[in-house]
Amino acid sequence: MKKVYKLQDLDCANCAAKMEAGIKKLDGVKDANVNFIMQKMTVEFEEGADAASVMAEVKKTCKRIEPDCEILGL
Amino acid sequence: MSKNKKNLIRIIVSCVLFAAILVLYKFTPLKDFAIVEKDGFNIAEGIKDYRFWVYLLSFVAVYAVIGYDVVIKGVKNVFSAGFLDENFLMTIATVGAFFIADYPEAIAVMLFYQVGELFQSYAVGKSRKSITELMNICPETACVLRDGKEEVVSPDEVEVGEIIVVRAGEKFPLDGIVIEGSGSMDTSSLTGESVPRSFKEGDEVLSGSINLSGAVKVRSEKEFVDCTVSKILDLVENASSKKAKAENFITKFARYYTPAVVICAVVLAIIPPLFNGEWARWIETGLTFLVVSCPCALVISVPLSFFGGIGGASKQGILIKGGNYMEMLAKARTFVFDKTGTLTHGSFGVTKIYPEENKDEILRLAAICESGSLHPIARSIIEYAPKVSADGYALTEIAGKGIKAEKDGEVILCGNAGLLADNGVSFEKTDSIGSAVYLAKNGVYEGVIIVSDTVKENAESAIKKLKYQGARTVMLTGDGSAIAGKVAGMLGIDEYKAELLPQDKVAAVEELLKEKKSNETLCFVGDGINDAPVLSIADVGISMGGIGSDAAIEASDIVLMRDDLSKIAEAKAISMKTLRIVKQNIVFALAVKLAVLVLAVVNIPGVMWYAVFADVGVAVLAILNAMRTLRTK
Repeated sequence: MKKVYKLQDLDCANCAAKMEAGIKKLDGVKDANVNFIMQKMTVEFEEGADAASVMAEVKKTCKRIEPDCEILGL
Repeated sequence: MSKNKKNLIRIIVSCVLFAAILVLYKFTPLKDFAIVEKDGFNIAEGIKDYRFWVYLLSFVAVYAVIGYDVVIKGVKNVFSAGFLDENFLMTIATVGAFFIADYPEAIAVMLFYQVGELFQSYAVGKSRKSITELMNICPETACVLRDGKEEVVSPDEVEVGEIIVVRAGEKFPLDGIVIEGSGSMDTSSLTGESVPRSFKEGDEVLSGSINLSGAVKVRSEKEFVDCTVSKILDLVENASSKKAKAENFITKFARYYTPAVVICAVVLAIIPPLFNGEWARWIETGLTFLVVSCPCALVISVPLSFFGGIGGASKQGILIKGGNYMEMLAKARTFVFDKTGTLTHGSFGVTKIYPEENKDEILRLAAICESGSLHPIARSIIEYAPKVSADGYALTEIAGKGIKAEKDGEVILCGNAGLLADNGVSFEKTDSIGSAVYLAKNGVYEGVIIVSDTVKENAESAIKKLKYQGARTVMLTGDGSAIAGKVAGMLGIDEYKAELLPQDKVAAVEELLKEKKSNETLCFVGDGINDAPVLSIADVGISMGGIGSDAAIEASDIVLMRDDLSKIAEAKAISMKTLRIVKQNIVFALAVKLAVLVLAVVNIPGVMWYAVFADVGVAVLAILNAMRTLRTK
């Protein structure tokens, strides 16, 4: 399953790259892509993973790397 | 208030405060407070003097105004994430300047950094905007007829089969069939073609094109997510997930570059002073290294360049599925074309009539004979010939040979060489390429019509453009060598391989792939309908006229929305330009950073300023350079 989220105040391209790398390492995430230009994040979940709990981890990871950046629609 | 505006105000306020304290401590009686600046200042003595504290705290106050967020973020990040981000590096660098008693410099550097960040944020916002504007082909609303009333809804709420009303100047919200009205539409946002396309009842219209005529009614054929406009947007937006080698290189490079420079900074700040005792000088060098260690200019500009290039290409009706394909297309040296449907129309047309002076009579006779036929060759003759009446003619089909038409003792023969020979008509056999349709009246040979697949109008000039760019061109076809050789010669194609079955085409391309040099790539151009396997084995698969064809979009790496071969050379030119800009940015950013690192070791005065420029200034310049990719033509 793939989900797309909008990001707000994603200001630093290097952070986007780090966020992407960090999210990819999380359990339950099959693949992830942080699009700095479109300010969008695509998360592909593992089969049977609970999207809500995975996204909570994703949010934590993002906050740690770029505290200003908000994931919309969570 | 927007973030940028807030920061701008903050920068102005701190500039004023900074100027004020500089003036106060330099030109007014308060200059007695600047005991730090005096020769022979001793910190152990200084901390006992209240004037030292006033002086220090006034600078700290201004520093707090301009840099509080950077310090907070930097400290927070280092504790929570355990990595060095640019906020932390700037904090260390400026706090370090305080410790070596260089107060004005600490503020100036922070101020300069914030100005740079503001510019950077502005430039990124601007480029985001121009890219999204470029892709502003998405219709916002659809006017749907429900129970005889018009309702304005979001396009994704319209169901298949519903009737939508589209007025002049509006975008068609969904792909559909026109059921009422006719006129013309502007498809330029999809295909890059500026000439309006006309439509009438029963024609298909594509979402994203603009209705130039009065109100029309359209029956929706697809859900919004499956419509052309959604497909294009999805493709372009997701193109950035297929990263180019240059982009992966930069991300990887950044991962090692920052820690390496930070380690150098620590070593330089500690080791040399252990021997010569010049702590302040070497700490400054170390701090400068920290400022330069941020890889942001690179990390930001490379993907931005690719994205801009992909966006610019899509404006020209060229959809590129990722930066990696752009990179490969720029290196493409061998272009392999499928003949039928790609270089030629893939449909029959009259190409020659002989003898020329008897043309009208030949066509008239042929049109009479072929009037009842559905054979593609017959249809192409009827389309070409003026309208004639075949009333009263008795038409007899002679299987595999042709048609005999009789009326009042007049006998017309229309067919292949065998038909005329059987009837004892003497004639000259033609050696023209294509299917020959011979005609005879009352036992006398009248002439011959040559029907063949016609070459696309701009194919020759498109091939010429590619060859000008240094490409080797190869044509693959299932036709016989004679036809293949003729077409290749006509278009100026270097090589051809004829009499290939579909599976042979794969083998032929595999062979060509082996032949090419390792730093070059091979590009296959097809119509995307029956050459999917070849499209996928080529380094870059380009399908033509893919608008509305899911299979073509799926199978290929680059889709030309319009059936226009000249777009291939254009796509290559855009790719090469993008790659050039990417290279410029990488070289420029690294060169400036390296230069500043050298200057820092030599310790020229004011090197910290250069360092901040190497960080944010270079980033801004690189972003501006990256935006050039958006401009195509």
